Amino acid sequence: MLSSESIKRIDREIAKYPGDQKRSAVMSTLAIAQEEKGWLATETMDFVAEYLDMPPIAVYEVATFYNMYDLEPLGKYKLTVCTNLPCALSGGNNAADHLKQKLGIGFNQTTPDGMFTLKEGECMGSCGDAPVLLVNNRRMCSFMSNDEIDQLLQELNK
Amino acid sequence: MTEFTLTMTNGVNASDPENWRLKSYERREGYAALKKIISDRISPEEIIEEVKKSALRGRGGAGFPTGLKWSFMPKQYEGEKYLVCNSDEGEPGTFKDRDIMRYNPHILIEGMLIAAYAMGVKTGYNYIHGEIWDTYLRMEEAIDEARAAGYLGDRILGSDFSFQLYNHHGYGAYICGEETALLESIEGKKGQPRFKPPFPANYGLYGKPTTINNTETFASVPWIIRNGGEKYLDLGKPNNGGTKLFSVSGHVNKPGNYEIPMGTPFSVLLEMAGGMRGGKKLKGCIPGGSSMPVLPGDVMMETDMDYDSIAKAGSMLGSGAVIIMDETTCMVKALDRLSYFYFEESCGQCTPCREGTGWLYRIVNRIENGKGCMEDLDLLDNIADNIQGRTICALGDAAAMPVRAMVEHFRDEFIYHIEHKKCMV
Repeated sequence: MLSSESIKRIDREIAKYPGDQKRSAVMSTLAIAQEEKGWLATETMDFVAEYLDMPPIAVYEVATFYNMYDLEPLGKYKLTVCTNLPCALSGGNNAADHLKQKLGIGFNQTTPDGMFTLKEGECMGSCGDAPVLLVNNRRMCSFMSNDEIDQLLQELNK
Repeated sequence: MTEFTLTMTNGVNASDPENWRLKSYERREGYAALKKIISDRISPEEIIEEVKKSALRGRGGAGFPTGLKWSFMPKQYEGEKYLVCNSDEGEPGTFKDRDIMRYNPHILIEGMLIAAYAMGVKTGYNYIHGEIWDTYLRMEEAIDEARAAGYLGDRILGSDFSFQLYNHHGYGAYICGEETALLESIEGKKGQPRFKPPFPANYGLYGKPTTINNTETFASVPWIIRNGGEKYLDLGKPNNGGTKLFSVSGHVNKPGNYEIPMGTPFSVLLEMAGGMRGGKKLKGCIPGGSSMPVLPGDVMMETDMDYDSIAKAGSMLGSGAVIIMDETTCMVKALDRLSYFYFEESCGQCTPCREGTGWLYRIVNRIENGKGCMEDLDLLDNIADNIQGRTICALGDAAAMPVRAMVEHFRDEFIYHIEHKKCMV
C-alpha cells in the first residue's frame, strides 16, 4: 500500500515512542503517506490504521482534525498562503490576490490543468518573512513579492 | 545603540551555514553548563533553586515561573516521567522559536538536558509546528549530532544520567500550542485540551508526570547555569528576570527577532526594528501575540517590555510577539481577520468557544462589510463575556480579549464603519 521507502521512514517514527504507544506515530505516518500519495484516501487511512494497530475511526479523527492533511485529491502543487494579520500587514493579501489572478482560481480551487491548488493558510510562525507561502506542506517560501511568485510558478510549471 | 548581554543569541550568525552545528555551539560555551553539572555533581535541587533565583518565567505566553513549575514534578516516582518542549509556535506574530531551532538548535537540546537532569526525566519530546518542515529536519540533524557526541543517550558524558530526546512533527492545529492539547496530540489523538486538574506534573503524557516548557524557556537555561540565577535576574528587572526574544512584525522597516533585556523601553525595540515603515505614525500595537489586548500607539511608546510593565499598561507580554500597526491600518479589518482565525482554530470541544468564536467573527465581519448596527458593539462585549473564563482552555479567552480591547480602544472606528458603511482610514 505504501512504498518500502515510506515504510522505512514510518518505522523510524514509530521507534521514537514507547513500544505500547505506536499510535503516537499516527501524525507523521499520515504525513508520510500523504507525501507519497498526494492526498489521504480512505484506503490509505485504513492502511495506516492497520499498520499502527489503531481503529480506523481514530485515524480519520486525526486526519480530519489537523488542517495540513488533505482528504480530497488536489493539484500537483498545493500553495498555501498565510493571510493572518501580521502577514496581511506586510503584503499577505497582495500575494494571495496575485496568485488568484495568475492562476485564475480562488481559494480551495484547482487549476484546470491539475497543476495548482490554492489554499488560505493560518499562521506558519514565520511572520517576519511575510508574505510567506508553503508548497505541498514542506517548502516554505519567504518574502513573496509578485516577482518572486512569478518565478516560483515558472519553476514549478517546468 | 546600547550593547546588551545576550543569553540566547550570542555568537549566533544566521548567514553562516555551519554556525548552528555542534562544533560552533561548543566554541561559544555550548554544553559547558551540562559539563559543569556532571563534573561538579551539582544536585537537581540546586539547579531548580538557581532557576527559581533567576526569575525565569515561561516564554510561551503564560509567564509561569519556570523553577516553580519544575519543583512540581514528583521526586520519588517509580517509572517513566516525561519532558516536553512546546515548539508548536502558531500564535500569530510569533516566530522566535523557529529561529532558535534553525540557528541555534543545540541551546534547546542543552536546556532540555539540564531540565531533564533536574527533574529526573529520561525521555523528552520536542513538538515542532507543522508548517516549518526545514526546521524539523534541522532539529533531527542536531539531535543526531548531540547523540554522536555523547551529549544525548545512555550514560551521558560517562555519568549515570541518561536522556533520550525525539522530535515530534505537528500538522497544522493552533490549539496544540495549549500544553494538554499538545500531549493529546503526541499520544496520536485530536488535539483537544484536557480538563485540569489533574495537571501534567501529576498526569501528563501517557498518564505519567510531565513537564512542558516553551522552546525559548529551555534555551534560557544554559546561561543561567553557567552564570548563576542572580546574574540572570539582574539582566532584567525584579520578577522579570533576564533577556527575551521579541518577534517584531507588521509596519516596521526591519521585521525580525530581537533579544533584549526585560524592561527595555518599547521605543528602543522599535528603533532596533528599523522604526516605522515609511515614517508613518504608530496607531496600535499588540505586544504579546494576537491573543493579547491591543494597546494604542501612544500608550505603547511609554511602556517597557516586561511582564509587569505591559500588564500595567493593560495588555500582556504573552509570547513576545509585537505586531505593529500604523495609521493606515483599519482596526475593524484587523479584528475581522483575527476573529476568523479563532473561529477557524477553535477545537470545538466547549460550546461557548465553538459557537461564540463564530458569532464574534460573523458580527465583526458584518461591521467590516458595512452591515453592522450600533447594538452589535454591546453584543460583541456580551458574547466575549460569555466565552471568557467559561472554557476548558485559554483559546476562548484568546478569542475574546482582542475583541474587547479593539472595540474599547478604537470604538470610534467601529462606529464610523457602522454609520458610514465604510472605513475611516
